[in-house]
Amino acid sequence: MSNWIQDEINPGKRGWEEFYRNRWQYDKTVRSTHGNNCTGGCSWMVYVKDGIITWELQAVDYPKLDQSLPPYEPRGCQRGISASWYVYSPVRIKYPYVRGIVIDAWKEARSKHADPVDAWRSIVENAELSKKIKWSRGKGGFRRFDWDTAAEIIVSAQIYTIKKYGPDRNIAFSPIPAMSQISYTSGARYNQLIGGVHLSFYDYYTDLPNAEPEVWGEQTDSCESADWYNAGYVVMNGANPNMTRTADAHFVSELRMGGAKLVVCAPDYSQVTKYADLWVPLKTGSDTAFWLGVNHVILKEYFVDKKTPYFDVYCKNYTDLPNLVKLTKGKDGYELGRYLKACDLAAYAEEDNPEWKFCMWDEKTGKARVVNGGMGYRYPQKHESHGKWNTLLKDGKTGEDISPALTLLDIKDDAIEVVFHELDKPERYKRQVPVKYVETKEGRTPVTTVFDLYMAHCGVGRKGLSGDYCKNYDDDRGFSPAWQEKYTGIGRDTIIQVGREFASNAEVTKGRSMIICGASFNHWYHSDLMYRSGMNALMLCGCVGRNGGGLQHYVGQEKLAPFDSWGQIAHSLDWVRPPRLMSNPINWYLHTQQFKYDSAITDYHVVPDKSALEYQHTADYAVRSVRLGWMPGYPQFNKSSIALYDEAQRSGAKTDADVVDYVVKQLKSGTLDFAIADPDAPENWPRVWLIWRANALGSSARGQEYFFKFLLGTHNNLVTEEVAKPYLKELKYRESPLGKLDLLVDLNMRMNTTPTYCDIVLPAAHWYEKEDINTTELHSFIHPMGAAVQPNWESKSDYDAYRFLSEKFAEIAKKHFPRPVKEVMTAPLGHDTPGEIAQPALNGVQDWKKGQCEAIPGKTMPSISVVERDYANIDKQYISVGPLMKGKYGFHGIMLDGKDLYENYLKQEHIDSVDFNGQKFISIRTAKEACNFVMAFSGTTNGEVGYRQWVEEEHHTGLHAETYDAAKKAVREIYPEVEFRAGAHGLAEEIAGPDRNFTVTYDDIVAQPRRWLTSALWTGDNRKGRAYGTWTIQTERRVPWRTLTGKQHFYLDHPIFLEYGEGLCAHKYKLNPARMNELQKSDKTDALMLNYITPHSKWAIHSTHYDNLRMLTLSRGGNSCWVNDKDAESVGIKDNDWVEAYNDNGIFVCRAVVSARIPTGTCFAYHSQERTINIPKAEQRNKIRGGFHNSLTRQRLKPTLMTGGYGQFSYAFNGWGPIPIIRDTTVLVRKMRNQEVKW
Amino acid sequence: MDIRAQLSMSFHMDKCIGCHTCSVSCKNVWTSRRGAEYMWWNNVETKPGAGYPLTWEDQERYRGGWEVSGGSLRLKLLKGPGKIRTLANIFFQPNLPTVDDYYEPFTYDYQNLFNAPAGDDQPTARPKSLITGEFMEKIVLGPNWDDDMAGSPLYAANDPNLKGLSESQKEMLTKFHKLFFFYLPRICNHCLNPACVASCPSGAIYKRGEDGIVLIDQDTCRAWRFCVSACPYKKPYYNWANGKSEKCIFCYPRTETGQPNACAHACTGRIRFVGALLYDADRIEDVAKTPDDRLVEAMREIVLDPNDPRVIEEARKAGIDENWLRAAQQSPAYNLFKKWRIAMPNHPEFRTVPMNFYIPPLSPILHNAKAENGGTFDPESTEFFNEIDKMRIPVRFLANMLSAGNEQVVLESLKKQMAVRIYIRQKRVGDIGDSKAKSVLSSVGLTPQDAEDIYRLTSLGTFQERFVIPETHREHMTTVDPRTMYEKRGSVGFGPKKKEFLGRTW
Repeated sequence: MSNWIQDEINPGKRGWEEFYRNRWQYDKTVRSTHGNNCTGGCSWMVYVKDGIITWELQAVDYPKLDQSLPPYEPRGCQRGISASWYVYSPVRIKYPYVRGIVIDAWKEARSKHADPVDAWRSIVENAELSKKIKWSRGKGGFRRFDWDTAAEIIVSAQIYTIKKYGPDRNIAFSPIPAMSQISYTSGARYNQLIGGVHLSFYDYYTDLPNAEPEVWGEQTDSCESADWYNAGYVVMNGANPNMTRTADAHFVSELRMGGAKLVVCAPDYSQVTKYADLWVPLKTGSDTAFWLGVNHVILKEYFVDKKTPYFDVYCKNYTDLPNLVKLTKGKDGYELGRYLKACDLAAYAEEDNPEWKFCMWDEKTGKARVVNGGMGYRYPQKHESHGKWNTLLKDGKTGEDISPALTLLDIKDDAIEVVFHELDKPERYKRQVPVKYVETKEGRTPVTTVFDLYMAHCGVGRKGLSGDYCKNYDDDRGFSPAWQEKYTGIGRDTIIQVGREFASNAEVTKGRSMIICGASFNHWYHSDLMYRSGMNALMLCGCVGRNGGGLQHYVGQEKLAPFDSWGQIAHSLDWVRPPRLMSNPINWYLHTQQFKYDSAITDYHVVPDKSALEYQHTADYAVRSVRLGWMPGYPQFNKSSIALYDEAQRSGAKTDADVVDYVVKQLKSGTLDFAIADPDAPENWPRVWLIWRANALGSSARGQEYFFKFLLGTHNNLVTEEVAKPYLKELKYRESPLGKLDLLVDLNMRMNTTPTYCDIVLPAAHWYEKEDINTTELHSFIHPMGAAVQPNWESKSDYDAYRFLSEKFAEIAKKHFPRPVKEVMTAPLGHDTPGEIAQPALNGVQDWKKGQCEAIPGKTMPSISVVERDYANIDKQYISVGPLMKGKYGFHGIMLDGKDLYENYLKQEHIDSVDFNGQKFISIRTAKEACNFVMAFSGTTNGEVGYRQWVEEEHHTGLHAETYDAAKKAVREIYPEVEFRAGAHGLAEEIAGPDRNFTVTYDDIVAQPRRWLTSALWTGDNRKGRAYGTWTIQTERRVPWRTLTGKQHFYLDHPIFLEYGEGLCAHKYKLNPARMNELQKSDKTDALMLNYITPHSKWAIHSTHYDNLRMLTLSRGGNSCWVNDKDAESVGIKDNDWVEAYNDNGIFVCRAVVSARIPTGTCFAYHSQERTINIPKAEQRNKIRGGFHNSLTRQRLKPTLMTGGYGQFSYAFNGWGPIPIIRDTTVLVRKMRNQEVKW
Repeated sequence: MDIRAQLSMSFHMDKCIGCHTCSVSCKNVWTSRRGAEYMWWNNVETKPGAGYPLTWEDQERYRGGWEVSGGSLRLKLLKGPGKIRTLANIFFQPNLPTVDDYYEPFTYDYQNLFNAPAGDDQPTARPKSLITGEFMEKIVLGPNWDDDMAGSPLYAANDPNLKGLSESQKEMLTKFHKLFFFYLPRICNHCLNPACVASCPSGAIYKRGEDGIVLIDQDTCRAWRFCVSACPYKKPYYNWANGKSEKCIFCYPRTETGQPNACAHACTGRIRFVGALLYDADRIEDVAKTPDDRLVEAMREIVLDPNDPRVIEEARKAGIDENWLRAAQQSPAYNLFKKWRIAMPNHPEFRTVPMNFYIPPLSPILHNAKAENGGTFDPESTEFFNEIDKMRIPVRFLANMLSAGNEQVVLESLKKQMAVRIYIRQKRVGDIGDSKAKSVLSSVGLTPQDAEDIYRLTSLGTFQERFVIPETHREHMTTVDPRTMYEKRGSVGFGPKKKEFLGRTW
């Protein structure tokens, strides 16, 4: 029987086996990773055979975490393992390319003009030629050319722009630095040195979860994936780790095996649903209703029916629930007012920063008392205010312990009826809340706690309070389990079950209930409310700041761990401060004219009282936000900032301060204005755009057709009609220009959507051809990107490419800017700077332009300063770490003195220097030197730096000596298992003492990835193999959250949030498609009308790998949209039919994937496809090439998110500001009439 | 007793996320070349789904594997007496899958994006056939075409495993309250009773004695393609460029040196386990002839206990090396398949005695049908952990795939998996109750130690624990004369035929 078993060894017979053995053999392996916009940060070994990169396999040598956790190996997914395909592929950009019409014009201009800047002028000032160049964009006609000519054209265009309009008309875009930090640095550094504007990305990608800054004062912080495993109960909302965090998804299957329950909220039967215990098929965009229902159950059963000691003590210590809020008389009875603050109370009249200190009701003394931790304590002006920026429950003035009341129910002076809004229905609920009366400057004022307000808001009644409370779970009023059914489609019993299980697991485990969420939770117009609804449940149950608990948002963030040192070279802070960092959502909302297609805000956004709003259009909020210093605004003014400096000098300004005064006067008089107020005036357009590591016109171009028409001036499929004009008050309306950009350049590895539309295309090195460093939030290691082979063909690494440009710039600038020039700089009021306590808004927003306050730079308006630029030495600045590095540097308000670190580093024998202008600087000529600089100066990778940062934090918080002892005692009462080192008398010694000698270099991480240190820059304690979990520093060491109160916020009391009805987490459902002005002109015959969802794809990381043959082969091989089987049948669409998805914004031609796992009424177009691959022509409108998923979108901003100068509502680059929502989009889908498509 | 060693891979389907990292690692290393473009030695399928090649599981159509006829085994391909049938079909095999069943491999005209002349519209990269070089109007099939239930009315609805399911159970294809899917990763099963070997007219296919790997000798293969037809798993593929058939080689250049297969190494879901088994080759035919309902049991019986002193003694006599014995004693494959009885073969009824094993997946709780009639969604049970009989995947469906229809075999595995979860929750969270956790375990026949071991391997398992692969003793399992290791050292890499590199022999 077993005659086929070959068990004797017969060399003649089996010698052929060498065939496959030889295939396996290789020459070397090199550790590297991938620099696409991916949170993986996976360790890979790249195999080189005969000098050719053949394949890659995951490295499996991660240092092990705690033995009770599954190991990280192997990290790396289907896209990562396909990366080697790109290296030699036919889509690889091997040489520089230029569009023929541009190079012909250039050659002709150069033959006439000896100076290249003059040559560029002759082209762009020729209106007819310029229009032709713009119209040719995206329509073929590329010619191969050379790096030298490319650099000459680019630099000439930039210098022309600087001279004619000012440096801030040069813009640059490269997103998400964490995955290849030095590659990002390259162009960002170059661009800041020349005074250009770097556009933000995290907010622009709609990935910034605004609720995190709102509630926690932090851009985002999430646990590393290993910490999922510590959870006992996990709910996923809009997250699909199997699809999007593929390398980490094993922790999801494993956490279930570890005894946790997995609940998946997803409208479709998604990939992660496959192993959920409970699938909750929520209707799209209804997560807020789900969580409000759950909150109702938790409040009722764990706070009213019984008291849960852990939840009670947690809420008092770590949230603003015991904080006192004033109730104010409105039109219709009492309404929610602002927090009670030190400035209200006579007893605290002498306090510094009294508008920034907050009160609780002390049960011991029966008084309202100011407690430690308010933001006023972060910037003490008086000696006695030092050392109180912590979360100890102590009177901020006397230092006495206080015992805060969570509710005033049992000690109330009165019960007052307060108005609460349901919003989506005109329903208003009058519900009594318990109050105490407090003597304030305005007299006897009723105050209550945030907790009492939240109970009433959620409709949870209590004995002694009357009003429109829900009678029981079946009562249909806001926000009961029965109420949520009409939004979610989920029965009340499921809500009750999840509420009970979620809370009881948290009670037993002290907070190990977790929400994992993702893009589909964040990309809605009201996503901040969605997030807050879930965060509220977590905070009520004491889950935030607990390993295995909390909210984990995995959308594009990719934590850049060594931000402190990296930030200095990335944005050239070592040479010039401040940098020009722009809110990209505001930038493109205005500059691609998308604002013109939004009507009045209240047409689509429900607020309690329309008449209370200051502006009718979102664009006006943007204009005001720049004027008041809330949001950045670049270009800055309607004239060049260099010319403005010269003008001030001519009119007699002697010092820089005189120049600033001059600018303020000009602004006040109106002779000078912010450019944002008139974005369509030619002097305010962006002119030259550099793109690298990005697909700025592809996956990133929400509202792509608007980019094509208005920014590029080329073909498009847009038919939307303008509607904004009648509603604009602040923004000057002009006819839309067609083609704002003079020059568009992309440095790219592959010919995808963006280079297809660029004027100049430069070849970039593949990830396996360069050196860089990589960190991510999904794990806690710092990792190299290594060169397995040298850059192929004429490609250059990003770092070398921009070094090349900087040399060309310096060469040409020697004639145009022989000496350094000065210019006026503005900057917004920044989070983690004193600017965050600039505008207390006690009597509403104060606008200097309206005479409501003085115009004071850095206080009531942006800060204004003068800086110098040495254009002729840009090349030398690029390769050396500048002198400002010897001053203060850091991140998140933790600033160190860099002087001795700098000097000691330079003393080391193997560290090279750059010498010029008679000075010696640290060399960062090469990417590897830059990597080593970052690691040597960051507290995450250098123990001594880390220690000093903790000392700084200890100083800010006062957490040393007795205060630290008090903190230990307070923590032990809640978490007895927390360890404290014997003999450590403060934060620094406790956390960073043992690691002071730790250092790591690039060569070390090549040998093995290393874990970063527990850092004061971040929130999790990851010592001794502990999984990084967020906010454990806050819960276990009593360091405050970087918010107004220092606690986690249920309540947001800025006047704008109150006007919009979002003081507490409101319910605002998805936007009404009928009001969105995107289906007015489109033909609806035979078409499905569907909610358009663009989740992350299984076969690409954003657009990267989308055009990779491996991924195209394993998917449907081109653009597609998924529709429900019954929906498809109703209009005769069969699987794989060619369809057109369209609306007024544009057309997307693709093939239909028909599947029962998609809910009816919904179209899934996986983000992000490319319009370069397999796209036929559309059948309607202009019958041109049929677009892709972003052809159907248009950006919408939410006005509340442009608030500034107020605690955590203060600008941070990528950290606070509006996000350009695209999820609330509706499309029509129909079968193409002719299935024999045209190409 | 004729003891042999066999390498075996186990797949934890509950953990599989269908990401295809395995497929790509295999493609990169082995089949990224002309003639092999369409081959996916490792592929992953969505179930329910039609698979690759389409409906490969339907042996009424493809006639792969064996059948018992008149008490003896014969290839299903050979309807009549073996020899005549083979000769009669020597140039024509009606059951051979065609390119329409696999897919026409394609690329794109990427260069058009660079070379398109200036025109009036954006250039695009159109798909092109890798076989003909011609443009393709539309791509109509791929190796993973029905991924995640894509095209479910056409593909999922034609899954051969749906046979025997009630109409109500088949609602899982269309109704949200019953919907499900999961993934089936597949490589060659390196069977004990391989139909490919039996069918090869050239005798080019053999099973290696030292590790059980089944190989097609690339020198001897004459492209008859009977292996393609005879293999019920459709894992041999015909290379249209060089006229040889090729198949998964279990990455023997890696396993021989103690490294896991590329697919197993790359598996980022950590679903794969590789280990050695000892089996009794004398009993293969008996096992292959066992009736359907006892097939899995019979396969478990042919696998021998590596700690049984008699087995050890016999194994030594058979020339099995000590490192192989040690590996067999720590084998995850043995534990999963035989000791804990939670893994099972894919389609044992094909009777090739496949040597890779699958742990069936748990699935979410069913919803009641209210929502389908305009009501709200609510689950059928409010138990904290799902009751097995309320889970979405019908046991019948899994049994059709994994146990020749024996539902008890599948149920045993699912219940054990859930019992381990409950036990571990009690240990890590503590809200189940000790006695309840233990009684759940004992009711499915597991001891606390078993539960700890299963948990440790399937959840916390390290690379070294998941892959226990003994190295091959090349000094006597070599493909050159075993006496020439000294010379071999000087000539490795030059290939087997370069006699000029070989010097004197010892």
